[in-house]
Amino acid sequence: MSAAGQPPPDSPEVRRLTPVIGPGYTYGSVTDKISAIVLTRPTSFGWFVGFTIAFSLMGMMTIAIGWLVIKGTGIWGINIPIGWGFAIVNFVWWIGIGHAGTLISAILFLLNQKWRTSINRFAEAMTLFAVACAGIFPLIHTGRPWMAFYMFPYPSTMGLWPQFRSPLIWDVFAVSTYGTVSLMFWFVGLIPDLATLRDRSIQKSAKIIYGLLAMGWRGSARHWHRYQSAYLLLAGLATPLVLSVHTVVSFDFAIAIVPGWHTTIFPPYFVAGAIYSGFAMVLTIAIPLRKVYALEDFITMGHLDNMAKVMLATGLIVAYGYFFEFFMAQYSGNKFDLFLVEQRLHGPYSPFYWALILCNILTPQLLWFYKIRHNVAVLFIMSIVVNIGMWLERFVIVVISLTRDFVPSAWGRYTPTFWDWATFIGTIGMFVTLIFLFVRVLPAISIAEMRELVAETSEEDK
Amino acid sequence: MQHRSHLYGVMGEFGNAQELIHAVEKIRVAGYRYVNAYSPFPVEGLSEALGLKRNMVPMICLLGGLTGGLGGFLFQYWVAAIAYPQNIAGRPLNSWPAFIPVTFELTILGASLAAVLGMLALNKLPQPHHPVFNVPRFTHASSDRFFVCIESKDPKFQVTECARLLEEVHAHHITEVPHD
Repeated sequence: MSAAGQPPPDSPEVRRLTPVIGPGYTYGSVTDKISAIVLTRPTSFGWFVGFTIAFSLMGMMTIAIGWLVIKGTGIWGINIPIGWGFAIVNFVWWIGIGHAGTLISAILFLLNQKWRTSINRFAEAMTLFAVACAGIFPLIHTGRPWMAFYMFPYPSTMGLWPQFRSPLIWDVFAVSTYGTVSLMFWFVGLIPDLATLRDRSIQKSAKIIYGLLAMGWRGSARHWHRYQSAYLLLAGLATPLVLSVHTVVSFDFAIAIVPGWHTTIFPPYFVAGAIYSGFAMVLTIAIPLRKVYALEDFITMGHLDNMAKVMLATGLIVAYGYFFEFFMAQYSGNKFDLFLVEQRLHGPYSPFYWALILCNILTPQLLWFYKIRHNVAVLFIMSIVVNIGMWLERFVIVVISLTRDFVPSAWGRYTPTFWDWATFIGTIGMFVTLIFLFVRVLPAISIAEMRELVAETSEEDK
Repeated sequence: MQHRSHLYGVMGEFGNAQELIHAVEKIRVAGYRYVNAYSPFPVEGLSEALGLKRNMVPMICLLGGLTGGLGGFLFQYWVAAIAYPQNIAGRPLNSWPAFIPVTFELTILGASLAAVLGMLALNKLPQPHHPVFNVPRFTHASSDRFFVCIESKDPKFQVTECARLLEEVHAHHITEVPHD
């Protein structure tokens, strides 16, 4: 069965160094272990504490949005010249986080990377929840979210149609397609596992709910045959999609003529940044998850090591992007671009810029060291640092460019208000709430794919 | 047509994928056509053993993608050039490069929806009940066991003969699968 002559990256020799699954597992034991988290394990006190905190923060978000609907966007720190502020900073941050989920589930699937198996399910869930959080911001940033349907093309009595030449409309299509495809990808992957939960749950109500969701999946070879085609196609479609989404998001900036935004490096550098922050978030979730639910045999040090390496690599691409923003300003000699560089380094928001360099470029260089990549606590802190760094990046892009426009009379300052923070922290609460619910009611690791992995690894060991 | 029977088929159980493939091959060599296998994960080589042909999902996906892409582009053209033309400094109405991002997204959307819905439709899912669920041990088909079912609509179907054949290929727990 092995391809002769060519040493595969997942050959037994390589795999022994970074195992993707602990030794001694069978189809039955992986099924037992993962489904037990959902079905038989009692809900712990810690889960309730965590859920309550997260849910309270989500409540704060609801209040903040409610107040926004009553009073309007004046409760935020935005004003001319800073029309975008937190809403867009947070939108770009969240949508970027989602990208790692699709990268893991689609691109690593196409590249036949076995280590993706135990992390793809919750990474995809993370994508969905991040896209949900992201979607809130442009919606409420419209000021009248109940009018948001204007952006979709529909035959209105006013005879109006959307302006398809606008990146903001591209964004509507890119993000809604991304959300839909991610949901389908996630759900298709879940179908066999829902069937497992249906067959193994003892409670009648659980049986009915999982049964309805599994749609009568019975593992028929004819079904698997088409299922595998559909899954492979989805992976192939999601790969260009994920690259296009952050490209389109970067067009929101790059199509404009604002200094610091109007550059061709934005699409690749946004995509790399998205994957960078997304992998950081996957680590932020994976590290507590494997600890709390004792999944160290499934999410091994090999996984953490690989994710740290992806972070390092994408972080370097991002650093390259920062460097070229500077280089192009110098090289073009455009005085507005040069002035923007000067403002980033020494302007009123320069502390944010230097913090961004520290978080995104300098600190992650520690990941070159094996010892650091294998120190779970340091890795966890590092993932949070990168998340903060990527948020700062979007803040720097939005705020510095908008406060330092072409003429000094158009300059301004931006300070987020309490409601800005309440909405932002509230979406973090919503994200964590959804993650808590997800690990409680659905298998956080794909059971069917783990069985496949057991079959493959036991075959090779023979 | 085939004779109706109160039985859906005869089912045998296996402990691993190799045994399953071996059994399916043997049963097909014995001349049975209506054979199906059930496994907790996609087994490599099983489709070939069952003689499954290439499926229609990729074609449906392609059609979905073409519909999404062409439809998306033509729609934008219609909106921008015919239904709601805006003369902005005399620039061309059919500014096709600006329509590419949405065309691309709709291509992906159409293809993905077609792949998933096509897969479900061809698999006749959702289907809440199926005779194989009448076998009590079939709950293991979603965790650690592999099943083969010789269906009663096979012209060669005969209960004792099928049971004997399943025994010959070392199946465990050979049972009849009732229709209801």
